[in-house]
Amino acid sequence: MTKNSAGERLYNGLLKENPTFVLMLGMCPTLAVTTSAINGLGMGLTTAVVLALSNLIISLLRKVIPAKVRIPAFIVIIASFVTVVQLLLQAYLPSLNDALGVYIPLIVVNCIILGRAESYAYSNPPIPPLFDGIGMGLGFSVALTCIGAVRELLGTGKVFDMQVMPDSFTPIGIFVLAPGAFFVLAALTAIQNYLKIKGAKKGKDTSKIGSGCSHDCLNCGEKGCAERFYDANAEERKED
Amino acid sequence: MSERLKVSSNPHIRSKVTTHGIMAAVVLALLPAAGFGIYNFGVKAAILLGVSVASTVGAEFLYGLLVKKTTVTDLSAVVTGMLLGMNLPVNAPWWVAALGGIFAIIVVKMLFGGLGQNFMNPALAARCFLLISFPAIMTDFNCDAYSGATPLAMLKAGETVNVTDMIIGNVAGTIGETSMIAIIIGACFLILLGIIDLRIPGSYIVSFVVFVLLFGGHGFDLQYLSAQLAGGGLMLGAFFMATDYVTRPITIKGQYVFGIFLGIMTGVFRIFGPSAEGVSYAIILGNLVTPLIEKMTMPTAFGKGGKCYVKK
Repeated sequence: MTKNSAGERLYNGLLKENPTFVLMLGMCPTLAVTTSAINGLGMGLTTAVVLALSNLIISLLRKVIPAKVRIPAFIVIIASFVTVVQLLLQAYLPSLNDALGVYIPLIVVNCIILGRAESYAYSNPPIPPLFDGIGMGLGFSVALTCIGAVRELLGTGKVFDMQVMPDSFTPIGIFVLAPGAFFVLAALTAIQNYLKIKGAKKGKDTSKIGSGCSHDCLNCGEKGCAERFYDANAEERKED
Repeated sequence: MSERLKVSSNPHIRSKVTTHGIMAAVVLALLPAAGFGIYNFGVKAAILLGVSVASTVGAEFLYGLLVKKTTVTDLSAVVTGMLLGMNLPVNAPWWVAALGGIFAIIVVKMLFGGLGQNFMNPALAARCFLLISFPAIMTDFNCDAYSGATPLAMLKAGETVNVTDMIIGNVAGTIGETSMIAIIIGACFLILLGIIDLRIPGSYIVSFVVFVLLFGGHGFDLQYLSAQLAGGGLMLGAFFMATDYVTRPITIKGQYVFGIFLGIMTGVFRIFGPSAEGVSYAIILGNLVTPLIEKMTMPTAFGKGGKCYVKK
């Protein structure tokens, strides 16, 4: 896939640099609101909308915003979108709005959004950042929905409010409480790491997992790039 | 090798104390209390203890197969299994014991690196896991022999309890906690062998008594005090779980601090908390602050700081 194409950005956000399982960003909503699959999905999609739109606007304004005050400027843009989304939720999905509570306004300080604005949208033309935001947001949604589904399944025996487990199953209450979020997040992260390491051993190129560099320096042909760095870990992983 | 670190050639003197030996002694010491539990609650208690031990040993064995390392022979899984079983009410279904055993070994112990690396007592962590997950099952103490609440719950509700029964163990409760006498017999065995000492249990019990005297609201009421001492998991926790080598502080001063912390926390949970019980939460909280206590009480090495007695 060519660098910075729409497809590459979506793949990057969903799998290669999944914000929850690989970058480990945005842990606060990840742990707090994933008590059920629907809450996870709602939180993920809400964040995705804000992420995509703020990436787009920040990228459009990147030549207008002075570097020194860029963080306050980003916050203003993100906060505006969060306000819009919150008002929409209050109007059309009041039950979801009640379930997510204070975590909707807290999207403003979600580090995934600030992180993408700072590391990607501020230095790229508008179309790739839009898809970067959609990809990251979808990756976040998928991760939160998975965590929520597992917690809901073990904690109540249901998934998306539908009874899945047989009647003889006794719900394990701890999974809908805070400790359960840590158990499930750790287990799912371990599973996806296991699968990725397995994939890497089969010769698939997953060597740059977790490098955190959206510029993809290892495959970059430009020798003169000032940001080019040597990722020793990635080389080691390749040799494995 | 440095000149200063001279290592003579073999044979070296070997200590006879092994992990296996210590764990075997603890299992023996737990037998009176477990045996009394079986005598008291019947065959269901035996089955529950068996399932619990089988699940911890089985989980340790299977995890050992997975990482190609056998640790099951050190008997620590048997101790965990027995302690967990003794912390269950007799009415708990068998799968609760099995789930707790697997959680104790896999999540609390093995994922953190096995025996010596676990930051919490596995049996107690599993008990708290079960208590949070299945509150109805874990606090149902009705059985053939006894019906109704545990002595501590009755005490909390303001009713009177029979202290002699509580010391012998003819009361409702979890399988292994009811008989103070049986637990003390096992504890004396361990103290005589030198496996545990009285620092943690002693400071724990004394500070708990002082706390109850000060804040219990009964003043110096001998009957209330002895009921608080004999009731619940205090004796089992103080002698068998707070003294766990892995999760207690290693410094001598730290062990006193640890005991006092447990005494105060148990008192807070029992007197001010909504539940009548508090030993398990107190001990796992103590386990969590153990690294801090060790850091605070680490003795100064000779020649590094401290008071200077040389006159200038």
